[in-house]
Amino acid sequence: MLGPVLETLIGGLLTGVLYSLVALGFVLIFKASGVFNFAQGAMVLFAALTLARLGETMPIVAAIALTAAVMIALAYAIERLVLRHLVNQEGMILFMATLGIAYFLDGFGQTLWGSDIYKIDLGMPRDPIFLLESVFPGGLLIDPTELIAAVVCAVLVAGLAVFFQVTRIGRALRAVADDHQAAQSVGIPLDYIWLIVWAVAGIVALVAGMMWGVKLGVQFSLGQVALKALPVLILGGLTSIPGAIVGGLIVGAGEKLAEVLLGPLLVRWFDLAGGGIENWFAYVLALLVLLVRPQGLFGEKIIERV
Amino acid sequence: MRAPGDSGVGLDAALLSVDNVSLSFGGVAALTDVSFDIRKGEVRAIIGPNGAGKTSLLNVVNGFYRPQKGRITFKGEARPRMRPYEAARSGIARTFQNVALFRGMTALDNIMAGRSLKMRRGLFWQVLRIGPALTEEVAHRRKVEDIIDFLEIAHIRRIPVGRLPYGLQKRVELGRALAMEPDLLLLDEPMAGMNLEEKEDMSRYILDVKNEFGTTIALIEHDMGVVMDLSDRVVVLDYGRKIADGTPDEVRSDQKVIDAYLGVRH
Amino acid sequence: MLYREVGQFKTSYVADQAIFPIAQDRWFVLLVVAFALVGMPLVAGDYLCSEVLIPVLILSIAAIGLNILTGYCGQVSLGTGGFMAVGAYAAYNVALRLPDLNLIVAFLFAGVMAMLVGVLFGLPSLRIKGFYLAVATLASQFFLEWTFARVKWFTNYAPSGSVAVGRIDLFGIPINTPQRIYLVVLMFAVVLALAAKNLVRGRIGRMWTATRDMDIAAEIIGIRPLHAKLSAFAVSSFYIGIAGALWGFFRLGSWEPLAFDINRSFQVLFMVIIGGLGSILGSFLGAAFIVLVPILLSQLPRWLDIPVSTATISHVESMVFGAMIVFFLIAEPNGLARLWATAKEKLRSWPFPY
Repeated sequence: MLGPVLETLIGGLLTGVLYSLVALGFVLIFKASGVFNFAQGAMVLFAALTLARLGETMPIVAAIALTAAVMIALAYAIERLVLRHLVNQEGMILFMATLGIAYFLDGFGQTLWGSDIYKIDLGMPRDPIFLLESVFPGGLLIDPTELIAAVVCAVLVAGLAVFFQVTRIGRALRAVADDHQAAQSVGIPLDYIWLIVWAVAGIVALVAGMMWGVKLGVQFSLGQVALKALPVLILGGLTSIPGAIVGGLIVGAGEKLAEVLLGPLLVRWFDLAGGGIENWFAYVLALLVLLVRPQGLFGEKIIERV
Repeated sequence: MRAPGDSGVGLDAALLSVDNVSLSFGGVAALTDVSFDIRKGEVRAIIGPNGAGKTSLLNVVNGFYRPQKGRITFKGEARPRMRPYEAARSGIARTFQNVALFRGMTALDNIMAGRSLKMRRGLFWQVLRIGPALTEEVAHRRKVEDIIDFLEIAHIRRIPVGRLPYGLQKRVELGRALAMEPDLLLLDEPMAGMNLEEKEDMSRYILDVKNEFGTTIALIEHDMGVVMDLSDRVVVLDYGRKIADGTPDEVRSDQKVIDAYLGVRH
Repeated sequence: MLYREVGQFKTSYVADQAIFPIAQDRWFVLLVVAFALVGMPLVAGDYLCSEVLIPVLILSIAAIGLNILTGYCGQVSLGTGGFMAVGAYAAYNVALRLPDLNLIVAFLFAGVMAMLVGVLFGLPSLRIKGFYLAVATLASQFFLEWTFARVKWFTNYAPSGSVAVGRIDLFGIPINTPQRIYLVVLMFAVVLALAAKNLVRGRIGRMWTATRDMDIAAEIIGIRPLHAKLSAFAVSSFYIGIAGALWGFFRLGSWEPLAFDINRSFQVLFMVIIGGLGSILGSFLGAAFIVLVPILLSQLPRWLDIPVSTATISHVESMVFGAMIVFFLIAEPNGLARLWATAKEKLRSWPFPY
């Protein structure tokens, strides 16, 4: 009994890492500009699509470089066409603008590259690894792509954390997140900063897209994965990079375990037509957490002053 | 509006009594052992250097903050803890330093919002908007128009308040507070950011409110001229403690007060 | 010249507070409603009714509901689809198990069911605000979607998981032509829109907008956030539930939970944003926009003689919606309703520049 549970747990944790990668992009943009970027998921899908299609006609390394350039260009376009005109608007307006960007990117990506399922081949080992064969019969099954994703994620997170805390640009980003007007009045060039932030988020989206694409194949449902990143953000807090990691792990492990352990129970008690707990577990979990801590697990406490 | 003597407390008795109130935020003491009272029908000024705790004091009376120690007694009833909604219900209205108006609504709607407590008709009648709900709406509209005339803001009543200049916004906020027909009106720096003419207008309104409506007023203000002219009694705070309490003349010549404002170490 | 207020003096507050204080507006609206009731059924063909008028009217009701919650009361909700589902399945189950009950009563019951569920899922709004609330409403969306897909009782144990509605009779008259369906839906829309307009003009409407603008300040003038937010969820869900029931019965005929998924929630939200947050008229304009654009886009290749696949069309649709949302947010955050109001303002001084 323990074997399968452990296997599910590890599988869930690794999936959680992939969620964290998506959430990371959200956190970056929110931390640096106070904008809740609903388009992050669409950016992941777009990056993955671009990479998959470019990878069909050129060596993978070149494709990655070109896609990175595309993502930076995209960041520039978003800043120029959308963000610049919405400076100083309330958060709600900006949030809805990113909703619009998400829909646009979805349609644009698929118009450009088509909507079949595409493959990304990074040359990574695909065969499952079996651990601890001596302890558990058959060993614990682990997907090597997820393992590599976990490592990549750790490296990325460490780099970003350092970037934010130590560099001058990192400080400027934090100032912008706090108050656009104040940051401008101190001479921080808002449009340049936002360009950097969205470009970095774009690169993060590319990494996330790569990892997810290899695992799932690049298809539309990738965009739905992005919605899953939202509960991750709730658990981790919108402004915490370590929080995004922890949140992702909790969500990933939680929903897999819920499906395997809770699912059969519910099916039996309520005579349900199948499981599918995964569809809502993360969100309900986030809701419960918010009821206890309205700012998320690691978020900053929201103080309202009159 | 209501005549004095209706709030269950006799003339010249204490409408509000603050007893040994202490308030601190995570170790930082905002108020320490503050006691004073406000008599019915008077204008009580609360003054003191910046950071003395004046706004915190109003926030305690209002129910925003709960003091760690001490007690508020309003209209003869002790209130160990109170939420802002309950304060409103019992007859306390308030304006804010930074003008807490509803930016998306017109001036008229903002003041009509102030009548919310007085409006009784439920959902069903409001949907139909005939009979009782309509009568009620019209009756309150009349009252609100009276207030608008009183404050001379009839010409801007249909403009969303976000677009109004600061001085007019403060007047609308006063109107909204008056619409509640409060027993106690708390004004937090009502003259801040106003020029001489606007200050004279505002002073006139405040005095009219006191004289015509019999409302008791507590007033935080920095302009000493205004304080001396308007108030019946003054309480002075410094670093969260009360350092003087009396008529304007008494307070003006109190050495402790002079020291506090000049920043003399004590 | 035509659109002037000269000579129209309001001699009472009642007149001043009317929905259409300007006489020309009143006439215009009366004419529109008269035409909609009498003229349209005679003129409109089946396609116009079923593909344009009926969807627009039903979705307008949903948009009014969401507008009350998000536009007037400021509570962002991505759970519209889920509440529509509650309405649809409630009406279906009532019609199934009490077949002699008047259908209008069934729809009202559906609204009440949705209202109860809405209040339940609205409770978190007392603690949670802004984006966090938006994510919390996703919980209601996905949970409700899952419930109707898995709990077999709701679908009457249908093996396919989808439900179908038989013939619909109202007061003995079979509602089986697009024109008749259109009239029924129109009635609902007009009555509900009027009710909503009365609500938002009155005390409750002010409570909602006060809570939206600054809920702390609202509390100090005596507005209980609990009261304001839960009443917004209640009324909003009632409308959305009825819209869901109407959608299932009169637009789809048979459906599965997928008809009320997250995309539906986004669709209604877009209607509200494009039409104008905090405007009843905007709800109608937004619904019309969202319904008409895909139709126009799908006809365009034919007019221009360019062969385009349906998949591509739906992608281009996404692009257009996304771009329009961004455009409106930048240029006119108050949506089509504001554009309409501005046009009327210009009309007041027409043909003079000012």
